[in-house]
Amino acid sequence: MFPNKFDYVRATSVAEAIDLLEEYADADTEILAGGHSLLPTIKSGLASPEVVVDISGLDELAGLEIGPETTTFGATTTYADVLHTDGVYDAVPDVAETVEVIGDRQVRNAGTMGGNLAHADPASDLPAVVVAADATIQIQGPDGERAVPASEFFIAMYTTDLGPSELITAIEVPNVGDDEGATYVKKKSPSSGYAMVGVAARLRTDGDSIEAARLAANGAFDHAQRLEAAEDALVGATVTDDLAATAAGAATDGVEEWELMDDIQVSSDFRGQLLEVYTERAIQQALDRVGVAVSA
Amino acid sequence: MSIETIESDEVERGKAVGSSMQRREDRPLITGEGQFTDDLKYPREVQLVILRSRFGHATITDIDTSEAEAMDGVLAVYTEEDILASGLDNTIPGDGGQDHTAPVDRHLLASQKVRYQGDPIAAVVAKDRYTGHDAVDAIDVSYERLDMVTDIQDALQKDAPVIHEEAPDNVAFEWSSGNADETLASFDDAEEVVEVDLSINKVVAVPMEPRAAVAQYRPAAEELIVDLGCQSVLGVQDHLSGVLGVPEQRITVRAPEVGGGFGVKAQPYTGHILAAWCAMQLERPVKWQATRSEAFVSTNHSRRHDLTARAAIEDGRIVGLHVDSTADVGGYLTSGGAGVPSGAFGTRLLGQYDIPNAFVEVTGVFTNTTTLSAYRGAGRPEAAYVIERLANACARELGEDPLEFRRRNFIEPDQFPYETPFGSGYDSGDYEKTLDKALEYVDYEAFRERQAEAREEGRYLGIGFSNYIEICGGGAGGLQGGQLRIHPSGKVVARSSLVENGQGHATGFSQIVADELGVDIDDVDIVAGDSDRVPEGGGTGGSKAITMGGNALKEGAKKLRERARAIAAHELEAATEDIVFDDGEFHVAGAPSRSMTIEDVASVAYSGNLPEDIRGLEETTFFSPEGSTAPFGTHVVIVEIDPESGELEIDRYVAIDDVGTQINPKLIEGQIVGGVVQSIGQAIYEDAIYDDNGNLLSGTLQDYAVPRAKHVPEIEWDSTVTPSPNNPLGAKGVGEAGTIATMPAIVNATIDALEPLGVDHIDMPLTQERIWRTVQEAQEE
Ligand SMILES: Cc1cc2nc3c(=O)[nH]c(=O)nc-3n(C[C@H](O)[C@H](O)[C@H](O)COP(=O)(O)OP(=O)(O)OC[C@H]3O[C@@H](n4cnc5c(N)ncnc54)[C@H](O)[C@@H]3O)c2cc1C
Repeated sequence: MFPNKFDYVRATSVAEAIDLLEEYADADTEILAGGHSLLPTIKSGLASPEVVVDISGLDELAGLEIGPETTTFGATTTYADVLHTDGVYDAVPDVAETVEVIGDRQVRNAGTMGGNLAHADPASDLPAVVVAADATIQIQGPDGERAVPASEFFIAMYTTDLGPSELITAIEVPNVGDDEGATYVKKKSPSSGYAMVGVAARLRTDGDSIEAARLAANGAFDHAQRLEAAEDALVGATVTDDLAATAAGAATDGVEEWELMDDIQVSSDFRGQLLEVYTERAIQQALDRVGVAVSA
Repeated sequence: MSIETIESDEVERGKAVGSSMQRREDRPLITGEGQFTDDLKYPREVQLVILRSRFGHATITDIDTSEAEAMDGVLAVYTEEDILASGLDNTIPGDGGQDHTAPVDRHLLASQKVRYQGDPIAAVVAKDRYTGHDAVDAIDVSYERLDMVTDIQDALQKDAPVIHEEAPDNVAFEWSSGNADETLASFDDAEEVVEVDLSINKVVAVPMEPRAAVAQYRPAAEELIVDLGCQSVLGVQDHLSGVLGVPEQRITVRAPEVGGGFGVKAQPYTGHILAAWCAMQLERPVKWQATRSEAFVSTNHSRRHDLTARAAIEDGRIVGLHVDSTADVGGYLTSGGAGVPSGAFGTRLLGQYDIPNAFVEVTGVFTNTTTLSAYRGAGRPEAAYVIERLANACARELGEDPLEFRRRNFIEPDQFPYETPFGSGYDSGDYEKTLDKALEYVDYEAFRERQAEAREEGRYLGIGFSNYIEICGGGAGGLQGGQLRIHPSGKVVARSSLVENGQGHATGFSQIVADELGVDIDDVDIVAGDSDRVPEGGGTGGSKAITMGGNALKEGAKKLRERARAIAAHELEAATEDIVFDDGEFHVAGAPSRSMTIEDVASVAYSGNLPEDIRGLEETTFFSPEGSTAPFGTHVVIVEIDPESGELEIDRYVAIDDVGTQINPKLIEGQIVGGVVQSIGQAIYEDAIYDDNGNLLSGTLQDYAVPRAKHVPEIEWDSTVTPSPNNPLGAKGVGEAGTIATMPAIVNATIDALEPLGVDHIDMPLTQERIWRTVQEAQEE
């Protein structure tokens, strides 16, 4: 509620932001993008940075581009920007659909794509979808630029592959092809609205059977994770009425109870159940969507 | 039925009562002009921040305030010692020390021991809140932690930690009511005994505006002025005077806009009393504004009971009701802490049923948790929950339809006034009527068919009924002042002690007064929420604004009208008996042209030329009703449940309420809808959860699920009208009705839905996980 004092610096370019992070490397620094995770964290006393580097005004990081193969989101693109861009639902319906169910209108007006991923809240919505979509996270730091596959980006609760003076600059998401179906389904916590469980799916079919499947969940584990056993159950399988249910049953295969998050709203035991239910819904919805246009 | 509102200038003279006039309270709120306590800023104002216990149960061995005191911008740091040194005894009023309650005091600031997380320990006054919070963090409290107990069952165990030495068994009170012997005997002879064990969840009241106060002291005049969001300016005046020793007449208490009261802004708390005390110490305006997190641990919680309810049945009728309950009072007995879970709960347990023998016993138990007291409905939602769950269980046991069982057991219209074995009276009622009306909205037969078809497809629909009563609106012996003044201009000002908390009092009061005086509604202003400007009377709570405040103003206005008639007679040179009043005009019977409007009368009323006994148009009336009122109704809920995910969807919510004569149907609908939403919260989402260390885990809005708009279905509202014989308006209370009705309807619907899966019981809240688990367990059996 009443944060400690901190210094505030507004960066005018990515290069300057990185320089500032280097300069204050000894202090406890935080990047400020949409502020919708950082500020609550500071106000509740969970973070107490000495320096805050504001990147929200950097034009070079804002906006998205829908290319023929991939859609690229600048790190400071807000959720609202995403939803207000023509063509996102055609290109990456799963991402658009995810952004649509983040928080409320105020949150969507302020929160950013890069901030969401960098913060890596286990109950955030965006991580699962970038993992399932096999997106690439573009990173820039003192040593230059590098690209990390989304599935390697998230390491643990609030922990990513980002180095101390590195920034996410962009997220590249492969577009959904005609032979693919993609979706994100989520069970919102009735209090916070975050995902108690959220499952993203991208499936490719040849009409009769599944050629490729990528499933990922957030809300369930300490970081967004692929559901490999369920993916295995799908790949090569013939599309039948009960395929989704059968494959979803594998969502918790090999998962130990301690790996599933446990809190006052959902025990780990029930989380496993929700994970299966929502995996089934995601698979079914993705299957139903192959070759079908999705709109807002 | 959807109710359209009309603008106040569309209201015809004399026809205001019964019209759905727009709320006059809304414009300042919507335009941002409304001032809440924290919006008030006084010169030289400083900020009070309270240090509260981190632990649920601990002895305080030392409080080192030196670092905090040395901080720039800190004016003072206070502990119990300072309070005692000022001559106060450091206690605040509560329910302890009565005949049936433990002799346990509440403290302004903790005295050597803390008994719940949030128990106030020390106070910092600083130039701003940032400094205040930093200083609070700098106070070094040495705690010696004690074993603690946060659940009522554990607290009653033999070896449980003792929370108060004065109550070694942790029993805060023991209370019973009803005809015990006859009731217990009725069980011996009964054909059938049906029993339910219910655990009622603890909820946190979350008014939009957390508690706040700003106090000023004028030493020369020895006057204290306190602005705060509260429910009763005169009540606060009372307890400030009692605790601080300042004479009542020198204390002004004002309520600016109040961001929700719901019962939890009715009691004395450390926050506002300490703000006043600090203002007296420092001779500067002192403001305290609780943060949301502070409100979660320090504003009263409510409703936690564990109980067994039994019905003795003969010929399909309940002939005996026995309820044995254990209720949580939290770490201390706050005001209402004993009253709410005993009388306010226990004497309402009959619901709509004609039950000749009834007996209720409640044991209040201390736990290391925040204090519990009144929250919208105050005991009655719990009571309605018990009897309506039991009614369904009885029907199930007898293998009959829940409505058939209810109809057979209803108190019949000709049994009113009805006296219960608890000694409480119901004024009037017609319970079949609201049920029949509800069934006009919900086609019961068709639903049962749809339910059966859905079950074939593996879908689970359920219907639940709640046939509730409440007892509210003041009672015999209660007193409420209403003050009226018609200015020489003909404009009317009416004054009442009932503080507006969002209900729309001013709208309703103005409708009543305008009709009685035959003036335009916009010519009636209402003044409330200022102890200096209102007559004696009660505070807002117990659904009595219209039944008490409205009737006081009605009676006062009637007297003024008679005075105006006498003045008109004097002016028109006719006998008072010959003056007729209609359409807002006085005229001489048989000579309509010789007339005066009430405005004309007002313009001559303040004249020394009038005889002394008819001078002036001012009136203070003290109203006392014949008795309380018993609004009632039928709420019907249809739910669909997915047993795989535990998801519960409310398909339909139909509420039919009878609150007697209606002053403003739109306001009534609003009160019902708000109440229903609050209980949807308790039924499905809300739960105050403590860990074993006494930490309130659900202590933020991130974790504690107050229902949002998206969680609430459309609420279809309609009504019947059975006037109360106990007051001139014929009105009954409405503020709490929705809250009282809702919970059992939702839970009964849920059990109905899950019945084919073997479920016959579930406790609240109906979270996804609980529903899923309940189904799992039923399937295993
Ligand atoms: C009421 C509320 C409800 C919410 N509900 C949801 C929800 O349902 N689902 C959901 O997913 N989220 C939800 N959020 C979180 C929201 O989406 C945040 O906006 C998001 O998690 C963080 O993005 P941001 O731009 O606000 O980042 P900030 O808060 O500014 O930053 C968060 C963290 O990321 C770092 N960071 C930010 N940008 C970069 C970058 N480009 N490179 C490296 N590090 C960076 C910062 O240093 C900081 O540590 C909610 C938030 C609120 C307040």
